[in-house]
Parts: sequence; structure tokens; C-alpha cells
Amino acid sequence: MAIAGAILSRLLKAAITLLAIAILNFFLVHAAPGDPAAVLAGEAGAADEQMIADLRAQFGLDQPFYVQLARYVGNIVTLDLGYSFRQGQPVLELILERLPATLILTLTAFWISLVAGVALGVAASARVGKFTDTLITGTALLFYATPLYWAALMAVLVFSVQLGWLPGFGYETVGSGFGGLARALDILKHLILPALTLGLFFMAVYMRMTRASMLEVAQQDFVKTARAKGLNPATIRRRHILRNALLPVVTLAGLQAGQLVGGAVLTETVFAWPGIGRLMFESLAARDYNTILGVFLVSAAMVIVFNILTDLVYRLIDPRIGHKA
Amino acid sequence: MTLWKRFLTNRGALLGLAILIAVIAVALLAPVLYPRGPWAMVQRPFLVPFSTDGLPLGTDTLGRDVLAGLVYGARVSLLVGLVSTLMALLIGVPLGALAGFYGKWVDEGAMRFTEFFQTIPNFALAIVLVAILEPTLTSITIAIAIVSWPPVARLVRAEVMSVTKREYVDAARLAGLSNLSILVRQVLPNTVSPIIVMASLMVATAILLESSLSFLGLGDPNIMSWGFQIGAARTVIRSAWWLSFFPGVAIVLTVLALNLIGEGLNDALNPHLSRKGRS
Amino acid sequence: MSVLKISDLSIALPKGADREHAVSQCSYEIGAGEILCVVGESGSGKSMTANALMGLLPEGVRVDHGTAEFGGKDILRVSEAEQRALRGDRIAMIFQEPMTALNPLMRIGDQIAEVYEAHNRHRPAERREKALELIREVQLPDPEKIIRAYPFQLSGGQRQRAMIAMALALEPELLIADEPTTALDVTTQAQILKLILDLREKHGMAVMFITHDFGVVAEIADRVIVMRYGEIVERGTAAEVLENPQHDYTRRLLDAIPTGMVPQSVEVAKAPALEIRHLKKTYNTGGGLFREARAVRAIDDVSLTISRGEVLGLVGESGSGKSTLGRAVVRLVTPDSGSVMVGGTDMAALNDSELRAARHKVQMVFQDPYASLNPRHRVMRALTDGPIAKGVPKAQARDRARELMETVGLGADAVDRFPHEFSGGQRQRIGIARALAMDPELIIADEAVSALDVSIQAQVLDLLRDLRQRFDLSILFITHDLRVGAQLCDRIAVMQKGKLVEIGPVSEVFLNPQHDYTRTLLDAVPGGGWGQAAE
Repeated sequence: MAIAGAILSRLLKAAITLLAIAILNFFLVHAAPGDPAAVLAGEAGAADEQMIADLRAQFGLDQPFYVQLARYVGNIVTLDLGYSFRQGQPVLELILERLPATLILTLTAFWISLVAGVALGVAASARVGKFTDTLITGTALLFYATPLYWAALMAVLVFSVQLGWLPGFGYETVGSGFGGLARALDILKHLILPALTLGLFFMAVYMRMTRASMLEVAQQDFVKTARAKGLNPATIRRRHILRNALLPVVTLAGLQAGQLVGGAVLTETVFAWPGIGRLMFESLAARDYNTILGVFLVSAAMVIVFNILTDLVYRLIDPRIGHKA
Repeated sequence: MTLWKRFLTNRGALLGLAILIAVIAVALLAPVLYPRGPWAMVQRPFLVPFSTDGLPLGTDTLGRDVLAGLVYGARVSLLVGLVSTLMALLIGVPLGALAGFYGKWVDEGAMRFTEFFQTIPNFALAIVLVAILEPTLTSITIAIAIVSWPPVARLVRAEVMSVTKREYVDAARLAGLSNLSILVRQVLPNTVSPIIVMASLMVATAILLESSLSFLGLGDPNIMSWGFQIGAARTVIRSAWWLSFFPGVAIVLTVLALNLIGEGLNDALNPHLSRKGRS
Repeated sequence: MSVLKISDLSIALPKGADREHAVSQCSYEIGAGEILCVVGESGSGKSMTANALMGLLPEGVRVDHGTAEFGGKDILRVSEAEQRALRGDRIAMIFQEPMTALNPLMRIGDQIAEVYEAHNRHRPAERREKALELIREVQLPDPEKIIRAYPFQLSGGQRQRAMIAMALALEPELLIADEPTTALDVTTQAQILKLILDLREKHGMAVMFITHDFGVVAEIADRVIVMRYGEIVERGTAAEVLENPQHDYTRRLLDAIPTGMVPQSVEVAKAPALEIRHLKKTYNTGGGLFREARAVRAIDDVSLTISRGEVLGLVGESGSGKSTLGRAVVRLVTPDSGSVMVGGTDMAALNDSELRAARHKVQMVFQDPYASLNPRHRVMRALTDGPIAKGVPKAQARDRARELMETVGLGADAVDRFPHEFSGGQRQRIGIARALAMDPELIIADEAVSALDVSIQAQVLDLLRDLRQRFDLSILFITHDLRVGAQLCDRIAVMQKGKLVEIGPVSEVFLNPQHDYTRTLLDAVPGGGWGQAAE
């Protein structure tokens, strides 16, 4: 009952947030220098006069402001994200084509960074102050300071250009004619570098959080209770400290989802990964604002879905949520 | 000050401080070191590092001095990092303070607003803002500030809430002080330490954000920056690795330095003087 | 026959601590089935020995010297694995803070069953049965439900019972209880003490009971040792120590405890300093889109009067609404309805600016000496901010601050120091001076001595008694501790669940309580002995 109510209220909130982003988009279009219709049509030359006239009519640029707003938001609510004159395709179609690649990339990067980050954080906290700890925290600090795109470029340079171990470009081998398992393996090989370099920064974030949280929870009274029971240290760490220490990490993971989607723009640009991030980069060069705003909206939607999921995970771990009157 | 002393015993923080001072010095001295500016074509393109006298880091695709670009890039990074952080503090601190101090509907409203901005993927928002406002130093700085303030607001709110619950704030109310004077004179001064720590880490993040925007070609076209250098060299990485390598190192070092300083401040401000030894 | 024999034990503190040894050269024994109370104030080192026995010393603290013989072995010197085998099995421990001593993410039943798991006893299915038995034995209500409950669903007293269930799981020979009732309400404390006594009777285990409260000692101890600065200053049977203390320190501690003697109340019949009429305050919690709101009546139609120069004690357990009432009188909480008349002004009806102008009429002395002074402001500022805001000239306010610091016994020079330079008791004195600086018509003292050690508590109470005579103060003295209330107050008001259940002169309320709840409270006070009028 409580869970259903919570999900319902989260969905309601999500809808309101998306609506607000749509309104924000509308104002952004109007904030751009120049006629909104021309802005949305892209750079001069991409659209002819007729198209711009059509756009004006569609947006009702001759109408009062609130009518324009209502129309724009109305379009978005009906999933009409406009048309990309550059690509000659509706924006939604463009995005849906590219979305799977981005989902594969970001989800892989997320799991790698979370699992590795938590594992390293636990390892560091178990040997706090010793060499292992210094090594792990030092490395994390370095990753934390490294720009995503630069890590990606350097990875290409070393593992692809110099060593030739892994492909540094694209989603799969073009024209290989692979099918089934062979194709999956091929994609996997292409996925390794982008996912790892996208995950590095986040791994550092999760590692630092896990370590700090483990050390803090270890000081709490119930850990002393567990020791007083005669439990062995490994059980105490796993069952009592880790589970409690994970709560802030889950919260953080939810908050970081947005960063991960944003980071994908950089990673996909470097690796020519055909996802919505790359689409955004291409649209930037072409000043294809309709597509840029569409990608922005969809990435925000991805973050919202992700936030709802982390919220549910949190509920599974922490019995206090949802019980409280 | 004991705070300063504690900070100075932290080797990491000292290293960070040394690097940061060096970067600041280089940024200030740029016009002296390279009076011709970073855009001047000084030699033929693609000169390998350490191969030509006077051009230790070689030249780029157009024959510009890579080191000169690095030196001028430091100015942008520091400037954008600092100014955008200050702007973010100007948004986040008052908002968080009001939310935490007044609670109820003020808090509800402010936090919904903050949550909204926190839900939006912040790098994507920065891209959209800069793309639509046209890339200039100002629009980049504003965009970074707009995507960076929510964590400040949340932190300040939490701190203000916790301080406001302390009894000395009740005592100040009973002394007949006005709300504003209680917030400004009793509450906020006691929340400064965590804000300072967060600010130093924010400068680092802002530098990363600025470089990422420039990398995507969203930098101010008239200003040389590290991200731009790497972005421009991206397509020639196979033949001219140094063009993207050195600016990257500069970013890593600067951001690392700021993070080390932030951690040093954090450790110095929160020494573990927990009430140990009492029984 | 002794279960535990501690000989010449010294425990070293890390360098830079305020003294070298937490415990030095202590020797004592605990016999089978015996309850030994280890008594001392904070910093006496009374808990350190227990932690050492359990192998749970904080980092940097180590056993320097001495032995602790248990089951034929020196348990201070056995391997970590052997120590672990002892913990929870032959020696068990319960702690002070039931709210934090249980893992918030684990069901109560699992946390109890874990003890068997740690020592490889029984099959998993049996462990649950055993846990259920234990829950029944410690008299937790609805065992089938409790076993599946999470800690946050239990009250403090219930959690402490769950802790005791864990400790009993393997029938230990020695139970170490470290201030197990300090965080509990007085009636809950009485129940837990009774439970421990019953269990001792039934299982014959020895108990090492650490406490700061001689009242608890009187309830439970067979033998007593008194510690100060890590040394044992007195030892003996409970009767010996309580009735015929040998050491000065013990005597001072016992003197500092408010006794059961009830002073004859002074006749006060002047104009009222405070008149509360039909005051109500309801809190609505947890209201939300998909959640049900719950209304808690914190103040439920309370009326009372305090005469000028009178000290009214307001007693009750946590959640009784006594603090809310105090905060409503100073308008830190705005009541829903009713009036609070102070010197002709209804504090409850003022708007913001009127309120600021009237604030000085009622002042408050707070509970937590560490949170009641702004750490960044010197004492001078704490004492002058209010008067200056009220319109007193700066120079005059500063002179008055110096004078008040003399009055509360800290010396005029102390005004230039920061709060962290003072001890807890001294800070409470500053808090009192701050309240006096406003020349209030009424002072609310909200648990003003509760956070202090008993000897410091006595000094602050002395100060308050002295001040009320010198300045003819009217005080609403809020406390959970009936013994403290009896010492200072002329009349006592008892609150329960937001309602005023009884009010009257101290002697009447204590010697001839009218309400059932008052009787329950009085019976629960450890160390009893109520019902004697002072000579």
C-alpha cells in the first residue's frame, strides 16, 4: 500500500518536473537571439522560407505569449518534439534510434563504477591509514580530477592506437556482417573503453563516499553491540556496517545519474558512439536547436526514471522509509 | 591560528596549495611570458615537443605555441572557476539559508525549486544554455553557476536547520533580536566552514565543466582554453598526441590541487575532537 | 566464589588526554549471582574497565597493567579469537543508548538469533524459536510481532528489553550493564531494573552494573564501588556505602543527591507572575498526499498560575508536553488557543513586533550547556545582546554583565572569554546570568541541571536557590527528575500526555499524591524513601 502510494506520488512529481522542463525549454527558445522559428529551424540555409513560415504558424508566433506556451507544451506532452531540418527526420524518431546505444553505455558504466567503487571503498576502509588505503584513495583522487573526455582520449591513444587491443571508435565493426553472438561480442569489445572511461570518475565518487560512510558507521553504537555478541569482524563488516553504509551511497548514485547522462555526451563524442550524446554534439555544430532541446528533455526523463528506481532500491534496503506514519 | 597550523600539517593540502600558487602565478604572468598572445603562429605546425628551442611543448595544427596556449588557458580556467563559484554561492547560500531558517512553505518551495534543478542533468543543461545564449565567457560562467548552485542550497539549508535548532538561537530570540539579525549574526557564521570546503571543491568542478564545454566547441571563440586545445586536437590524436596530452595534464593538476586543498580544509575544520576519552 | 577477579588493573589513555590512566590500580571481585554497582561521575573511568573486559576498548586506549581472572584465565591477555568466543557467550553486555544500540536495518528476531549464529549454536530454525522464547522472557508484548519488527518500531524501553534478550541468549555467567537505564524515563527505568533483578534471581548470573545514580544503586546493588579519576575511593556492601560512607567524595555525592526529605513549602500568596488559561497546542505529524496525518496533543487544556517569588516545578516524562508548555510560555512555540498572561500581557496573543518588545518579560535557562551559548561569541556579547536590543545603553549593559558574572560566581573578568573555555556547570551559570540580564518577570528553567553531574547539579541548584531569595525570582522549573524538583520548588505540577494531572504544594504532592500517575511516578523513583517530611 505504502509502496504503491509512494510510486504514485513519485510519478506525479516526475510528470510535473517534465512539464517544468518543457516550459524551461520554451523560454530558452525565446531567450535565444533571433526569431524562435528561425532558431528552431537551424542555421540559415537549412530551412527554406516556406518551412519557417510553417513553423511560425505551428508555434502561433502571431498569437499571445501564453497561447504559444500552451502550444509548445501541448506538443511535447503529445510526444511531438518537433522536426530536425538538418537530419530531415522528426526529433523523437532520431532520439529513439539512438537511445539504446546510450542506455547500454550509461548502464554499463553505472554498474561498473558502482560495483568497483563500493568494493574499493570497502577495501580502503578496512585498511584505513595503511598502504592499500593510501593507494586506493590516491588513485580515486586522481580519477576525480581527470576530465572524462581526456581520460577517453588517452585510453584511445594507449589501448587502441598504441597497443591495438581494443577498438577506439564506433559501436560495432562496420560491414563485418556479424550476427548473433559474434555481433554481441563485437559490440562488447567496442563498449569496454567507453564504459570504463565514463565510469572512472563515478567510480572515484562512489569509492570516496563508501569509504567515508563505512568509517562513520563503524563508530556507531550498534556495531559495538555486534562486537559484544562475539560476531567475527567479517560478518560485522558485511551485515552491520556495509548495509548501513550503503544508504548514502544509494542516495548519491541517484543524484549522480544526471551527471552520468551528461558525461555520455563527452564519451560518445570521443568514441563516435552512436547514442543521443553524440547526437547532441552533432546538433551543436549544426545549431539544430530542436534536436538539442529534445535530447535535453529525454535525458532529463532518463534521470527521473533512474531516480524513481533508486528510490525503490532505497526502500528495499531501509525498512524505516514507508513505515513511518 | 590552530586551523592554519592543522592545514599546514597536511602534506596533500600543502602540495595542492603549492600547485595552485604556481598555476595562479603562471596565469598572472601570461602577458609577460608571451606578449604575443596564444593565437600567434610562431613556427610550422606539428612540431614535436622538446625538438625545437623555445618551443618545449611543440606547436599545434596551425603552428601555434602549445605552451603559450597552456599559460593563457590557466587564466580562463581560474577565472571561470572562481567567478561561477561565487555566483553559485550567491544563489545557493541565500536560498538555502531562507529555506532552512524559515522552514514550512518557504522551505517547501525553495527545496522543490532546488530539486527541480538537481533533477536536470546538469552538464546537458549547461550545454543547452551556452548553445542557446551563444558561447561567450559570460554565458559560460553563468551557465556553470546555474548548474552548480543546488548542492550549495541543500548544504546551507541543512546546516542552517541544524544550527537553528541549537539553544543559543532560542536564546537570541528571547533576547528580542529580529529574525534577520539572528540569521545573519547568530546562524550563518556558524555554517561558514562547510561552505568554504564546498566552495573550494566547486571551483574544481567548475574548471572541469568549463573545459568540457570548450572541448565540445562551446568555448568563447576569442579565448584560448585547455578544453579548446584538447577539442581542437581530438581528430589528430593518432599523429599528434602531445596536443591533447599536455592541456589534459594541466587540467588534472589544477583540479587535483583544488581538491587537495578542499580536503585539507575539511580535515582542518573538522578535527576529530569527538568527545573521546570520556566514560 | 567469585566469577570475576580483577587485580591491580590499569588502563592507559592515549597521549594528550587529560590524564595518563583512565583506570589505575583497581582490584575487585564479583561473586556468582552478585550485583556489583560501579558508581562514578563522568570521566571517572567507570566504563573503561567494562570495555577492557569485553575487549572493546576505544582506539588508542590499552590495558597497561593487571589481570582479570574469569573462568580460570586472564581474559585481558587471551587471543582475539578466544575473547570473541567469550563475548556474548559467557560475558554479555548491554549499553546506555537503546535508540542507537540496535542495527536499524535488521529485524529484532534476527538480531537476537545472531548471537547463536556467532557462537555456532543450534540450527537456524531452532534459533528463531529460541529468540521467541527470549522475547517472551524479557516480557516484550506480542512476541510474534516483535520478532519481525524493526528497531524503529519499538520504544526505548522495549529496545532495552531486546538488548537484554540478546545478552541473555547464551546464559552468560556475567552481565555487564553500562548505564542501561540512564536514557530511559523513570517509570521505564523502574521496570528495567526490576527485570534485571528478576533475571538475576532466575539465572543466577553476576551483574556488573555501571551507573552514576545512587538512587539506582539503592534499588539494585549488593555491593558498591565508587570511582573517581580512575581510582576506587570507596567499596563495601550497598548498606555500608549508602548509610555510612567513609570517603569524603562519596559523602559529597550522597549529599548532593536530593533526598526523599520534602521541605515544608513556604507560603506564597502574592500577585501572579504567570497565569496560563486553557492553553492548547496540537502537533500534526506525517500529513502528506498519501499518508495519514496524526495529531498529538502536546498541551491539552492546561491552566496554572505562578505567584510572584514562587518556584513551580513542572514534572513529567518524555512526551508529557512539559517542555512544549515551557516553550509556549516564552512563545518559542505559538499555542493554538488559550492565554499566557505575564505582567498583564498575553504572550500568546502578541504579533511579531509586539512580541520582540515583550520578550524580556520571560527568559529561559536551557538544558544543554554545550548548545546554549554561541561558540563564536564572547560571554560579554551573550549577556549584552538582549539588553541592548531592549534599549539599555551599551555601557550600562556591559557594566551589568560584569556584575552578573560576579553574582553567578564566575568573576567579572570572565566576560571576555569564549564559551569553550568554560566547563558545563560554568556554562549553565552563564546561561542563568544571561536570563537575569533581561530583568525578567519570570524565568523558565527547562531541564536546566539535567545534563550535569550530580555534584555540579547540586552547586547550580544552590545558586538558583540563592538567587531566588536575593532577587525574589519567579521560576517555572521543568524537570524529569522528581528528586530535583523537590529540592527547589514550592509547588509541583505533574503533566502526563499533555494534561496537567496534579498540582499542589510539594509536601502535599509528594506525601499525599492524589492522582494515580503521580503515585506511579513517585514509586518509580529509584532509591525511594519518599513519604518523610523534613524535620
